[in-house]
Order: sequence, then structure tokens, then C-alpha cells
Amino acid sequence: MSESKIVLEAKGITKQFPGVLANDNVNFDLRKGEIHALLGENGAGKSTLMNLLYGLHNPDKGEISVNGKIATILSPKDSIALGIGMVHQHFMLIPVFTVAENVMLGDETVKNGSLDRATVAAKITEISKQYGLDVDPNALVGPLPVGIQQRVEIVKTLYRNAEIVILDEPTAVLTPQEAEDLFRIMRDLTARGVSIIFITHKLKEVLAIADRITVMRAGRVINTVNPSETDSAQLANMMVGRQVILTVDKKDHEAEQEILKVEGISVRDQRDLETVHNVSFTVRGGEVLGIAGVQGNGQTELSEALTGLRSPTSGKVTIDGKDLTGKSPRVITEAGLGHIPEDRQRHGLVLSYSVADNMALCDYYHAPFSSRGVIQPKALDENSRRLISAFDVRTPSPFVNAGKLSGGNQQKVIVARELSRNVKLVIANQPTRGLDVGSIEYIHGEIIKMRDRGVAVLLISAELDEIMALSDRIAVMYRGQIVAIVDAKKTTREQLGLWMAGAQVQAA
Amino acid sequence: MQSEKQSNSPIKRLLQSISDASLVPFLAILTAVVIGGIIIKLVGGDPFLAYKGLLQGAFGSKKALSETAVWATPYIFAGLAVALAFKGGLFNIGAEGQLAVGAVFSALIGYALPEWLGFDLPIYIHLPLAIFVGMLTGGIWAGIVGALKAYTGGHEVINTIMMNYIALNTTSFLLNGIMKDRSPTNVIARTPLIAESARMPEIFDGLRIHWGFVLALLVAFLIWWLLNKTTLGFEIRTVGLNPDAAQYAGINVKRTIILTMMLSGALAGLAGSIEVTGLNYRHELGFSIGYGYDAIAIALLGKSHPLGIVLAAFLFAAMRNGATRMQFLTQLPVDLISMIQALILLFVAADAIIRYIYRIKSKGERVVLTRGWGG
Repeated sequence: MSESKIVLEAKGITKQFPGVLANDNVNFDLRKGEIHALLGENGAGKSTLMNLLYGLHNPDKGEISVNGKIATILSPKDSIALGIGMVHQHFMLIPVFTVAENVMLGDETVKNGSLDRATVAAKITEISKQYGLDVDPNALVGPLPVGIQQRVEIVKTLYRNAEIVILDEPTAVLTPQEAEDLFRIMRDLTARGVSIIFITHKLKEVLAIADRITVMRAGRVINTVNPSETDSAQLANMMVGRQVILTVDKKDHEAEQEILKVEGISVRDQRDLETVHNVSFTVRGGEVLGIAGVQGNGQTELSEALTGLRSPTSGKVTIDGKDLTGKSPRVITEAGLGHIPEDRQRHGLVLSYSVADNMALCDYYHAPFSSRGVIQPKALDENSRRLISAFDVRTPSPFVNAGKLSGGNQQKVIVARELSRNVKLVIANQPTRGLDVGSIEYIHGEIIKMRDRGVAVLLISAELDEIMALSDRIAVMYRGQIVAIVDAKKTTREQLGLWMAGAQVQAA
Repeated sequence: MQSEKQSNSPIKRLLQSISDASLVPFLAILTAVVIGGIIIKLVGGDPFLAYKGLLQGAFGSKKALSETAVWATPYIFAGLAVALAFKGGLFNIGAEGQLAVGAVFSALIGYALPEWLGFDLPIYIHLPLAIFVGMLTGGIWAGIVGALKAYTGGHEVINTIMMNYIALNTTSFLLNGIMKDRSPTNVIARTPLIAESARMPEIFDGLRIHWGFVLALLVAFLIWWLLNKTTLGFEIRTVGLNPDAAQYAGINVKRTIILTMMLSGALAGLAGSIEVTGLNYRHELGFSIGYGYDAIAIALLGKSHPLGIVLAAFLFAAMRNGATRMQFLTQLPVDLISMIQALILLFVAADAIIRYIYRIKSKGERVVLTRGWGG
């Protein structure tokens, strides 16, 4: 891409949050018609920078200029007026409204005192045609696939005449195929003069699509590079600030006897809709079974049913031969389950409890942590000190509230607690979601250690890379069913991606 | 993690947490007293004389001290009841009703049991039995609400209020009907006097302070121990702080909710029992106008900590008790005290509101930070 006009420039941006310098003298610019990727780990300051550009926060220092003019952006209203649109990671859509209603929300067109849906719909159709965004303005948003909902968000920005579109981790919720689609749309947009800031922490994506890549770490811009002049290893290095091993070192391991056996279970969610239909699989000692799938295809309910947080409506779950269908979490835990829950702050921790208390959260009621109903603080203390050093939890002391730790260290507290018990089965649901590369590396290593020790591991993850790196066998979940179970060595990302998107399994 | 310094010495940590917890209530009281003083001045009174009267009335003599302790006793029990529920994540507005239930049944055991049995009971059986039945019935009364919450999701705030109506009106019905004192001179809705064997012995001759006060302090300690040192307390607190994590940890959340409500109701029932067996020797309609509601205020002011509740109960007791002397010295209406109490609460509550708002703000900013776990 040749030197073209700079449409957006941020100079010397500094933003301080209590205890954290989120942006430290950040410089960033965006040229017309380019895709500028902003790469960095969680917490590098990418989102802060974008929130400043979008007017959700105001910078302490520095200036932002749009189209060469210094801009004062105090609220999203200002940024929209300047032609900046943002697609958030979590969509800001109202499911019971139609596409047209969602698009006009906050900027409603009114005719004769009522909403002028027809005019809006016509404009949406026009935008759709112009940019190759295929959306039906009259469809309800709720039932639309995630990929289409994302398009609605993009249409929303274009409807407001955005010339600069910020996409915040847009691929996190997409299948590989949907991501490909998004990339096509992004190219269509830039071909028509829209400029895109693409926020992500995925190396492959930036190399595939970005025109320029800016890497941030700890609130600072490390460098801005062209994709042709760099590679994954170098980018990872810049992101983390040290050499990173991107692959998991995993030896072949002979699977042993069956530990977890799931026979035809169906599960209903809290709205009483059946989200898991007749699912069967087994996990053997010494193997990792990865369950791949786009979020929201029944993985949450499946893992809740297996760990006792929810009762299956039919089917049978056995661990090491013991029938544990519909049993309470305590019974299942005592049968040898270690559970790394999907939502660490909701299920995994009591944030206002100390690290020591959290490390005994599932064991507080028996020796040595309690004796005749009385908690033994000494035992809690010793246990936590042992685990803190064994699992390298970075905490000032065992008495610090778990809520004060970083996400990676919170997850380590859970991992330490769950893997240090005498377990036969580990169910790890999104074990590294939102963590920094260092913590991911560590937790992956711990999971493989368990497998090598002969423990059965069920790994549920929306990150295909994680599934591919850790699993011995891979099951793909789609709309509540296991659509395929394959040997991890005999499959490809593309094949898994197709299954995740609902392609039928061809009889071999 | 950031700049927070966390001491490893348990004593230092304890002192730190005490000063953290007591700062806001202390400032709230101070502010309320100052504003109260200004108002006294505005209505033409002498604030210093008024407060002097208040202090004299509350602490100025043996009798004043004794009366303050008498006031504080039900406040401590009922405050503990509300606080225990708070710790378990439940808002027990029904202490007033549970207290009435406990008082009625304690009184019933107190005056009617010897009649039913046909012989007198020794004090070491009759008195504990009367107290126990008061706790039990208060506990069951609240336990119903706990069970409704656990099994149907019915909200405890609504249900405790409804149960208050039932309890208070049923009490009125009983005290005007089958439980009414039949002595020819009586026109009041009250039970007969309880038997000597169901009465708490006096501590000092001629002072109304009774062993119930000592029991209140003991129970406060016991509740602290229960909450902080036992597995049951761990379960109650975990359910209160994060029911999802409690379920994950294998805690029976439903059972814990019911148990928490029952314990809370038992404490409220105990407040009623002690008033009957220690002070009034009967249950009289309207003896407790508002102990159960003041208890909510006391639990809030005491930050749901047993020690805080004892102190808050004393403050409320001193104000109630000292008000008469204040009125005598300054001719100011006793209602002024209610106003100062309300101000204190307003500031404690307003602090909660401010912190609440502040927390939303800091949470809003923390959302950005939480994406920044690595940082």
C-alpha cells in the first residue's frame, strides 16, 4: 500500500487508571483505505487506546486528530460525528429487534410520529449491496448466526457514515470460515476507501490480512511493522517481550483404561431448551479429548452436566465405572474430578476470599482443612504456600484476596487447586480464555503433565489452536451434537472448521 | 496487587481491617451528631446541654448504665440475626415477626407449661426450655421463608415482610384471646406472668440489667466464631458471596440458605425470648415496636460484624435511653433522637450508595483493566 493520506492520528496518548498506566505516550496513525492491525496481549492497552479514540474514556495527555484536524472526542457521539465507528467484541444488539431497528437505534428515522422502517431498510439494502454485506433488514437479530450479527454491527457503523471502523477482536466468536468471510468484507470495505483498525491477539490473522501491524505491550507501542517483513515468532516476541514457545511439547502417550464414559446424555439450559442432544463419548486415562466448537453450541451445558452443576435430562455419565449421572458436584469431585470451570470469576473463585481460602474451596470440609467442623487455618496456610510455590502463583501473600490477582494468576489458583488433588479426570473448560501468553504456556504444560501421569483430560475450548495443540483426539460439537470424533493427527484446521460450521461428516 | 500493602502479621491485619471497617460508621455518627447539634441550635435549644443530657441519661449513673444495657440486649440479638442473614446473602426484614413469635412461645412455655404438667419445673429445666422454644419457633418461622427462597426462588424480602404481618397480627389475636392475662384488673393485651422458674435471675439488686445481656455478648462471640472458624460459617459466607462458586465447590446451596434463615430467625426469636424471660416476665402487645427494624439499621451500622453490632447496639441503646434525660434538661422532644438516628443511618446508607456508585465507576474502569490481566 502506497503512502496515502493519514485519516486518523493519535500522538503521545497517555491514560492512567488507578494502579495501571494503561497507555504510555502512545503514537498511532491510520491511513486511508488500510487495515491497520493493533496486536497485543490482553492488558497491553489496545482496548484502552480504542476506547479513547471512540470517546468512552478521555486521555490524560496527548492529542487525536482526524483528517488532519485536531479532534476533541468526549463521547461516542463526537466520534460518530467524526466518522469513527466501532464494532465491539460483545455486540451491542437487541435480539428482539429487527436488523433495521437495531441499525437505526439511537439515530431513529421518524415519519408521522412512528419509525420509518421502510426508508431505513432501503438504505441498509443499499449499504449491503455496496459493500458486499449480505443482511436482510427485516430479519430479527436474535436468531441470526453470530457472523451475520457482526455484519449488522458493521452496517450500523456504515449507516452512520463511518469512514474509520474499529473492529475489536472480531474473530473471537467466529468459525474459521466466518472469519474468512469477515476478511473478505474487510477487504471490500478498504477497497471502497474505508479505513479499518483491527484489534486482535491472533498472530496468524494479522499476517493474513493487515497492511501494517502495530504491536503494543504494557501500555506502550513496541513497533509498527509491515507483515511482509516479519513472522509469527518475531511478533510473539514483541508481544510478550521474551522468546515464546508457540507449540506445546507433547510426547506420544499410550491411552489407558476408560475413565469418563458419557452415554447418550441430553441437557436442557436454564430456558429449558435442549442444548445438548444425545451426546456420547469416552475419555481414557492418559489422553486429552478436545471438544472443538464455536461458543454456544452446547459446550457449557455439557460440561455443567458432567461436573454436577446441572442435571442431564437423559443418558448416563460414569467416571471410572461409577455411575454419577445427575449427582452433586461434591459427589463427582470425590469420585476424582478436577474441574477448571469456564467462568473463573463466577464459578471458580470467591473473589473476596483470600488465595488460601480459595485454594481449599472444594476441600474445606475434610481433614486436614477442618476437624470436627472447625476450620484449621494452619492447614489452609500450609496448603496455599505449597501450591503458590509449586504452581508459580504470583501473589504478595496467601492472605491477599483472589480478586486482587491478575487473570492469569487467578486461573493458576484454580488450576493449582484442581490439579493438586488426587484426580482421575480433569475437565478443563476454556482454561486459557483471556490469559496472557506466558500463563497459557504454563497451563498447557500442566494439562499435558496430567495426561502423561495417566489422568483423563476433557478439554473444551473455542480456540481451535488450543484444541489442536493439546488433544490426542478431537470431537467437534455443533448445535448440541458431537458431529465428529477424529484422531488429532489425522485432521486439519480446515476440516475441523467445516465441521464446526455444520458441514456433514462424509462417510470415509 | 498494585500498591496494596498486605501485612503478613495477623495482628496487623486485624487492626487494619478494624480501622478500615469502622472509619465510615464513625464518620457517619460524627456527622449526624454535628448536624443534629445544628438543628437543636436552630430550634432554639442548647446543643451542648442536649448532648450532655444524652450522655448523662445513657451513662451518668449505675441505673443509667443498667438501662442502656437493658436496651442494648434485644438490639444485639436482633442485630446479629439480620447480620447473619446478610453474611449468607439474605436480607431478613422479618426479625420483628420472628421476635414476636419467639416471645409468644417463650411466654407460653413460661406461664402455661407448669399448668399443663400439673407440677412445677426446676429453673434449670424451665428457663432453658422457654428460651429454646422461643429460638426454635423463631427459627422455624424464618426457615419457612428460607425454604421458599431455596425451592421456589420467592424473594426473602417480600416473604419476610408478609410473614411479619402474619406473625404480628396472630400475636395480637392470641394476646387478646386465648393467651390473654385473665386477672380481673387487666385490660391490656398481654399474657399472664411467667412462672418464677422461667425467669432469669437478677444480676444486681434493684437494677434491671439481667443475665440476658451477658448472654447477648456471649452469643455475639459465638456467632463470630461460627462465621469465621467453622465449616458451616465458611459455607454460609461462600453462599452469600458467590452462590455459583458455592455450588461448584460442592456446597448444598439450598440447604445452606434454609439453615442461614433458620439461624437468623432463631437469633431474632432469642431476642424475644430474652425480653420475656429476663425483663418483662410476660409478653405484651407492642413491647417491641421496632426492635426488628432497628436491627437492620444496627446490622448495617455494625457492618455485619458481631463486634460492630455490639457497638452499634450500644449506640442505639444509649440514644434511646439518654433521650429522656435530654428532654428533661432541654425541653427538646425525644423525637430529635430518632432524627439523629435516622441521620446516622442515612450517612451509613448514603456511604453505601456513594461506594456503590464509586464501585460502578471503578468497575467500569476495571473492565478495561480486566482485559489487562497481564498488566
